[in-house]
Amino acid sequence: MTAAWDFLTTAANWSGTDGIWTRFTEHLFYTLLSVVIAALVALPLGAVIGHTGRGVAAIAGVANALRALPTLGLLTVLTLWSFGLLTGQLARLGPSIVVLVVLAVPPILSNTYAGIAAVDPAARDAARGMGMTGSQVLLRVELPVAMPLVLSGVRSAYLQVVATATIAAVVGLGGFGRYVVDGLAQQLYGKMVAGALLVALMAVIGDRLIALVGRFLVSPGLSGRRVREKAQEAEAGFAAVPPT
Amino acid sequence: MISFSAVSKVYPDGTTAVHDLSLEIPAGRITVFVGPSGCGKTTSLRMINRMIEPTSGVITIDGTDTRQIDAPQLRRGIGYVIQNAGLFPHRTVADNIATVPVLQGVTRREARRRATELLERVGLPTSMARRYPAQLSGGQQQRVGVARALAADPPVMLMDEPFSAVDPVVREQLQTEFLRLQEELGKTIVFVTHDIDEAVRLGDRIAVFATGGHLAQYAVPADVLRRPADDFVAGFVGRDRGYRALSFAGATGLPVQREPTVRMGAAAPQGPGGGEHRWALVVDDDGRPRGWLDRDALSPGDPIGLQHLRLGGSLAAPGYSLRTALDAALSSPSGRGVAVDDAGVAIGTITLADVVAAIEATDRTALADPAGDDAGAWSPPVLAKGAERTVPAGDRGVPR
Amino acid sequence: MNWDWLGRNSDRIVDLFVQHAWLAAAATLVGLVVALPLGAVAFRYRWTYPPLTTLAGLLYTIPSLALFVVLPGILGTRILDPVNVVIALTVYTVALLVRVVADALASVPEAVRQSATAMGYRPVRSLVTVQFPLAVPVIGAGLRVAAVSNVSLVSVAALLGVEQLGSLFTEGFQLNFFTPIAAGILLSLLLAVLFDVVIVLATRLSTPWARAVPSR
Repeated sequence: MTAAWDFLTTAANWSGTDGIWTRFTEHLFYTLLSVVIAALVALPLGAVIGHTGRGVAAIAGVANALRALPTLGLLTVLTLWSFGLLTGQLARLGPSIVVLVVLAVPPILSNTYAGIAAVDPAARDAARGMGMTGSQVLLRVELPVAMPLVLSGVRSAYLQVVATATIAAVVGLGGFGRYVVDGLAQQLYGKMVAGALLVALMAVIGDRLIALVGRFLVSPGLSGRRVREKAQEAEAGFAAVPPT
Repeated sequence: MISFSAVSKVYPDGTTAVHDLSLEIPAGRITVFVGPSGCGKTTSLRMINRMIEPTSGVITIDGTDTRQIDAPQLRRGIGYVIQNAGLFPHRTVADNIATVPVLQGVTRREARRRATELLERVGLPTSMARRYPAQLSGGQQQRVGVARALAADPPVMLMDEPFSAVDPVVREQLQTEFLRLQEELGKTIVFVTHDIDEAVRLGDRIAVFATGGHLAQYAVPADVLRRPADDFVAGFVGRDRGYRALSFAGATGLPVQREPTVRMGAAAPQGPGGGEHRWALVVDDDGRPRGWLDRDALSPGDPIGLQHLRLGGSLAAPGYSLRTALDAALSSPSGRGVAVDDAGVAIGTITLADVVAAIEATDRTALADPAGDDAGAWSPPVLAKGAERTVPAGDRGVPR
Repeated sequence: MNWDWLGRNSDRIVDLFVQHAWLAAAATLVGLVVALPLGAVAFRYRWTYPPLTTLAGLLYTIPSLALFVVLPGILGTRILDPVNVVIALTVYTVALLVRVVADALASVPEAVRQSATAMGYRPVRSLVTVQFPLAVPVIGAGLRVAAVSNVSLVSVAALLGVEQLGSLFTEGFQLNFFTPIAAGILLSLLLAVLFDVVIVLATRLSTPWARAVPSR
């Protein structure tokens, strides 16, 4: 622990290509890139599935299968495979981002779907009965009402990705995972612990930040206790998987 | 006017929800679709604004085939109220009410201003405009639901069991205010319910639906009660229909006897007790009835307190029907029903014997034959419906 | 697939599989045992529910690799010690199951709880003999999630050199050799399915009433 403290308080460790700032930027870049791609895929897909009610069984199956799939195995096999196909930076980065996106899609997808499916049928019926078109019902009623759940999906996706990006150091990626992997190789326990603490810190702070942003995106009418209970129920269904 | 001609709805699995329905719904009136669950009444309602498309047949509104209008456009011109209100939880009360005007292109500011006016119209304080649905009671949500349906001032309103999910006391209040509102607005209203009492109370005309989506009877409420079209309707309106039919019999000719009253807190009256003098009517300082005093249970001269009173009993308000008069007499320990004026002040009593005599004097053929409508004792149905519009429970002089 | 390699290393692969199963099973069982009383507390004393579930949520945000690395420093164990892995996964299991157990107990009909009290059951006995059995289906569903994700998480510990199926991933990667990785993934999935089946069967066997068909 004191070794970790020493590592973190040594000024030299904060700058340079292996410095904390560089590693933080890398880690943040992988994370944001993956979560944004995942959201671009999962949000529209989840919205359509929730709105039409089609493909629900497929989602549940995919989510369960992904939960059982060992991330480390997926990372190594994809990276080895891409080394045979690609060269340079893309060969390293590509497979890792793919794995991170694959991990981030299910929580956003299933929470978007679950949030829309949980919309009070009476509200949906009233929206249609008052003359909203299908897309108006989705955009003006279903998605805003599903927003708390969508955000909790984004939060668990973020946590998954921050954690898994650490492991991606094994296949040569940058980020805080480098300290853990390199520290192990160099027998520097302080460096490993410092890396672990930085990742944990980044996970917790980012999670709180998303929650904070959520306050502005979620209508006060939905943050009442009754609604929150519903959200927790659905959350327990998928998001409750510890980050890898 | 809304017109159904030979409309049927058959689902792909072969179930017939509505069978060959032909029906004319008059403009400016309340038409109630009533029947047991699965009789096609809600399906029929939802076919009017094309929430459900008919399998065959034509529905027209003021002569225009509804299929010629784009469905969302059609729905924006028709008010829609459903059982659990279906308010949008993420929008404030004002924004909920403003939904259709905003869809129609009215600015949000203008729509909100109008929404606030509508709140008053449905009996809610304007301070509620900024609240969210989760902060309202069931009855308040339902009022907002009605305001939302009225927001674009549609000529036609569809109401699907709007008052079924609230408790009986609130339901009665909502019904009363709904009738008051309709008197002002004169909308063409189609109202679905499974409750025959609600149908009789609210409807200008009632369509009774039977299982399998058949229209069993379409008539004014008094006719449905007095002359059911078949065994199904007779069974559905129930055993009490003779009693209910009294709702349509005016009691204007009934003699109102003078009744001595005692004030709350005054000394118990002297003089002979027992017999018809055993019970004394106690009123408050404004003359509104509070209850009956059992003089046998109190020595003369003792001050009258709430604990000495037999509370409850219904009151006959102005324009009352024989049903109200009968109930007032039956629910009073003295056998005398209390009649009150518009302000709720006791004006005298009606004896059970007089009520029974009035019922006996009523042209009995009127009970069996609607042609008897011209017999003097029966008021025309529309007026008689007013007879049932009693003061809301909370406003009655006598505590319940 | 290089079948020769698999044949030559079958003994070691079986060892890794057993080690993997042991680590995941131990964490799941210990986690369940700890979570039952904690969940009961969170249910019975409602004021403890928010802090307990918030703490659980916070524990979830810690990446597993970070926990594997930091725990030896806190516990004073060696970094290679498998106990670190079991404890870290137990923490996650408890964090998941506390809320599940509390919610499962809340799902037991109030009427049942009240009639147990009315017949003279003391609180603990009512909990153990009436409420927990009725809460089994919901707890079982939560346990499935915990067990399956534990199986997946154990492999991460290979980065620290703790031997189990995850070791096949790191070795395969270093040797640029697909066979061990593929074998590791398949066996890991197999183990997850096995755990799932065992829990489903245990849940069904312990709740015969759930399958009872209403008779006329």
